[in-house]
Amino acid sequence: MSEGARGWGFVAPALLWTVAFFLVPLGVMAAMSFARLDGRELVWGLDWGNYAKLAEPAIGQAVRVSLEITLTVTAVSVLLAYPLAAILAFQVPPRWQRLALLLALLPFWTSYVVRSYAWLLVLSKQGVVNKALMGLGLVTEPLTLANTRFATVTGFVHFFTMLLTLTIYANLVQLPRNYARAAQDLGASGWQTFRHVILPLTLPGIVTGAFLSFVLCIGDYITPQILGGNNELALPQVIMVQLGRRADFPLASALSVVLMGLVTVAYLLSSRWLRLDRT
Amino acid sequence: MMRWLGWLYLLTAYGFILLPVAVLVLFSLQDGRLPVPPFQGVSFRWYADVLGDRDLMAALGNSALVAVGSSALACALGFLAAYGLARHVLPGAALVRALLVLPLAVSTLIVGLGLLIGLNRLGIGLSLWTAGIGHVVINLPLCFAILYSAMGDQQRNAERAARDLGANQAQVLWLVTVPMLRPALLAAFFLSVTLSWDEFIIGFLLTRFDVTLPVEIWNLLRSGLSPRLNAIGSLVFLASVAVVVALEILVLARRRA
Repeated sequence: MSEGARGWGFVAPALLWTVAFFLVPLGVMAAMSFARLDGRELVWGLDWGNYAKLAEPAIGQAVRVSLEITLTVTAVSVLLAYPLAAILAFQVPPRWQRLALLLALLPFWTSYVVRSYAWLLVLSKQGVVNKALMGLGLVTEPLTLANTRFATVTGFVHFFTMLLTLTIYANLVQLPRNYARAAQDLGASGWQTFRHVILPLTLPGIVTGAFLSFVLCIGDYITPQILGGNNELALPQVIMVQLGRRADFPLASALSVVLMGLVTVAYLLSSRWLRLDRT
Repeated sequence: MMRWLGWLYLLTAYGFILLPVAVLVLFSLQDGRLPVPPFQGVSFRWYADVLGDRDLMAALGNSALVAVGSSALACALGFLAAYGLARHVLPGAALVRALLVLPLAVSTLIVGLGLLIGLNRLGIGLSLWTAGIGHVVINLPLCFAILYSAMGDQQRNAERAARDLGANQAQVLWLVTVPMLRPALLAAFFLSVTLSWDEFIIGFLLTRFDVTLPVEIWNLLRSGLSPRLNAIGSLVFLASVAVVVALEILVLARRRA
């Protein structure tokens, strides 16, 4: 057996698995997005009708809602996580950092569905937040916090703040301390040191974490479904609706292709700073 | 002043991060029907209720089975592919590597939907097996990436030495490469198990009668807030933390030894 043939022999099982159970199904899905439903009958063809439905209010709104939620979540998470990562890296004594980080990541070990449910408990009308606000006399009637976009964003921000704290912290602890000291010796203020030295050097960590957040957030069904209520649906929820009652697989496929397109655009926009191989 | 603000921020952030977990665990002990304030006293009845629930326990077993099985297969496939690509010069290797990690960039909803459509076309019924297939698809890229980056030159020399001493290919792999990559293999396996154990959407789309634990919890959620959900959530959480602490102690103990 030749050297190359033997090498392919090792790679073949994984490659075949990925082709058979990932690539081919995606291909079928892409083809399906151009089919249409005639009653309950599937008609294959080259029909752009499913994509034209993006212009319909319900579906166009879902794309907009998903983008708004995802961008808000990513921005807020970066803004919350950066100071936390910086305090963990620079202010907490080194021997406590490992423990502090483990504690900050503790909710990772709850199940994903359960984490959203826990936020539902916290934010519900009789939940701890409302009870605390009323106890303090800040509000007289419980606020509607659960089943709103606010709840969805809170649930997401909670998860991605943890994720981003981890990626940014990993970036910050690798920075040689001398850089900041050198900048200060040269007369830079605290803000200038941050703006011109620390921030540029940690940008890859921020962008990598933000990209991961974007991908995971825009494709997530659970959090908006449990926390968001029924007033506005995100794109993954609309996809799942097509699978349910109506069994409109062509439309679900087309919307999935759109979802992949959004992720691709995010990738292209951030690829300059991405270091996916190093995290 | 800045330091003081720093500690304050840290405290607030920890409050935010730990709040849902604290509420989850606290009200799993609620001696009442609703997991919301006021806290009415400590009771373990919801834990007894959950542990006596046959559907939940079956789902727990299913999840463990799917997680361990799919992770073992993903590790095996990922290991062989990483070995083939690291030790042989293959035309188009960069393309193959890119293809093997590609599922990571596609959301699991789409991976599951693609498989669902494909299986429907072929007329294959849904079961724990189909969910397992889906979990291998999403775990394989991680296992491959971890194992590929762990394949270094020092192992190559040891493999060459073994071959010179008369070992055949299977012996080289099993007696030299696998033991040398043990830490990476364990890391890949446990990461896969954690992800698969917690995976919802593929389990939801690709199972029918026997479901995984996240799907069963999802079904329970439909009947609204209940201390039962807190109890099962806390159990899963405490079990995961126990595993992490055990691994941490094992790793630390080995490092000191």
